[in-house]
Amino acid sequence: MTWRQRLSRWDVRSAPYLYISPFFLLFALVGLFPLLYTGWVALHKWSLIVGNQGFIGFGNFAYVLDQPRFWDGVVNTFSIFLLSSVPQVIAAIAIAAVLDANLRAKTFWRMGVLVPYVVAPVAVSLVFGQLFADQSGVINSLLGTSGVDPIGWHADRFASHVAIATMVNFRWTGYNALIFLAAMQAIPRDIIEAAVVDGANRWRTFIGVTVPLLRPTIIFVVITSTIGGLQIFDEPRMFDTFGLGGPDREWMTVTMYLYELGWAGQRNLGRSAAVAWLLFLIIVIFALLNFWITRRIASTDTRSKRKRVAR
Amino acid sequence: MSSVAMAGQLAGKGAADAARRRRVRMEGGVRRPGWVTYLLLGAFVLISALPLYYAFLLSTSTAADIAQQPIPSPIPQGHFLENVQRVLDAGIGFWQALLNSVIVAVITSVSVIFFSTLAGYAFAKLRFRGRSGLLAFVIGTMAVPTQLGVIPLFIVMSNLGWAGKLQAVVVPGLVTAFGVFWMTQYLSEALPYELIEAARVDGCSMIRTFWHVALPAARPAAAMLGLFTFVGSWTNFFWPFIVLGSTNPTLPVALQLLQASYFKDLALIMAGVVLATVPLLVLFIFAGRQLVSGIMQGAVKG
Repeated sequence: MTWRQRLSRWDVRSAPYLYISPFFLLFALVGLFPLLYTGWVALHKWSLIVGNQGFIGFGNFAYVLDQPRFWDGVVNTFSIFLLSSVPQVIAAIAIAAVLDANLRAKTFWRMGVLVPYVVAPVAVSLVFGQLFADQSGVINSLLGTSGVDPIGWHADRFASHVAIATMVNFRWTGYNALIFLAAMQAIPRDIIEAAVVDGANRWRTFIGVTVPLLRPTIIFVVITSTIGGLQIFDEPRMFDTFGLGGPDREWMTVTMYLYELGWAGQRNLGRSAAVAWLLFLIIVIFALLNFWITRRIASTDTRSKRKRVAR
Repeated sequence: MSSVAMAGQLAGKGAADAARRRRVRMEGGVRRPGWVTYLLLGAFVLISALPLYYAFLLSTSTAADIAQQPIPSPIPQGHFLENVQRVLDAGIGFWQALLNSVIVAVITSVSVIFFSTLAGYAFAKLRFRGRSGLLAFVIGTMAVPTQLGVIPLFIVMSNLGWAGKLQAVVVPGLVTAFGVFWMTQYLSEALPYELIEAARVDGCSMIRTFWHVALPAARPAAAMLGLFTFVGSWTNFFWPFIVLGSTNPTLPVALQLLQASYFKDLALIMAGVVLATVPLLVLFIFAGRQLVSGIMQGAVKG
């Protein structure tokens, strides 16, 4: 074998590994290593200013789990997540159904629903923070003209969650509608036509045929929004000027608490790391739970279908 | 479909377009929806656009007027340029922030496109041991909340002396699992093996084959990936906020600074919001079509 041939063989063998290596290197450096090292930092007394001050075991975890504020953060995060994900999925499916009609100027409408996606969450929060202002906000003024008492969007816990969830929905509903639209268009038309021939009206066809066929897409959207939604930071951080999540931490999320412990208040990276690991656990458990529930629903569904076929 | 393609070859683009239009009209025997559908959609799009218009209205007003009139008049007032000037003079380094945002977004977009196409090409078209396992690993990492690694990442960046420097934001974003997955999906369908083999027979090395065959074939998907990366980078806040701080901000961090120092001056803050949002809105006018089809293609495959 000449050296040229040998070089060429080496080229063919090593090229694939060479080409995929940048991703794996970068993931190891800025993804995997930091996550594992977070566990290490969490077991130490570690300040932002002076660094590692020695091993303290699970002291940071004990401290964090003992803080009512941490649990407030957990409750707030889940509340905001539920208020943003459930209505958002329903609205997105409805909009997708409308977009699925044989519209004129299709591209215009599709682009129209996507506009909020290009607005940064920080900007969204500054605008909505004003729309939802307690005293001179547009929404309270409009409520006032129709005789409703002003709502304490920055004072009442639940109201603040509604306001923040509105921002998330504003930015993502159109985006998810396009995902559902694509899934709807992938449904073979003859299935829909069969239902119509069988005498189902449009509403029944939609609920009975289209929506069940969208299930994999719904699962995809819910799981991706879980991972992002439970780490929410930008919108609640910018909802008022102080960025602590309200006078009584009404809308402080877990990630905001993580930031406050590490960089703002105590400058204690060890405790902050403990929060990061706890949030990581919460996300993993919640994702697995999600997966398990959806799989169960899916399998009982196929079983009942099989029964129907057997009959 | 083949008849349309043939018409394209025989009679040029115009005839092909006409044939496509005819086809669409014929198979789209579905009737056009009534005005209620347009009304519903129009209302939704209007509601989506109103908060942005509201921000623009406030940015043309003055703080005093805003305090008096919670619901602004729908006609823009004349103070926009004056408010813009005040944002530029506000001491938050607006020009620097704009430049930083452009630098970070451009570098990460180009880099994500290049490295994702490279890896996607290997996963889609090259045979090697461990291919399917490694690809499954890449997809699995998309479910890992890597944002939670900020604390060690911050410690490392500080030790490197990168805190407050743009490379601290650029480097972690150089290639993404989503990008690799996206390009793998696209290239496995769009790039025929024959083209690769032809280049190899002609004596191209592996990297030359990638450069002259795979990269051009990847162009449509690469453009979409670049757009998503650009938008993601432009709107990113958490990590730049932590690692850059107030000395060398990107635009979202600059908006936070603006709010922190001038929270009573809504006209000023909203002018900042408008300035930070307009570049992406302009991009959206030209490239929104690609974003739409990118989301829809990703949904069907993913």
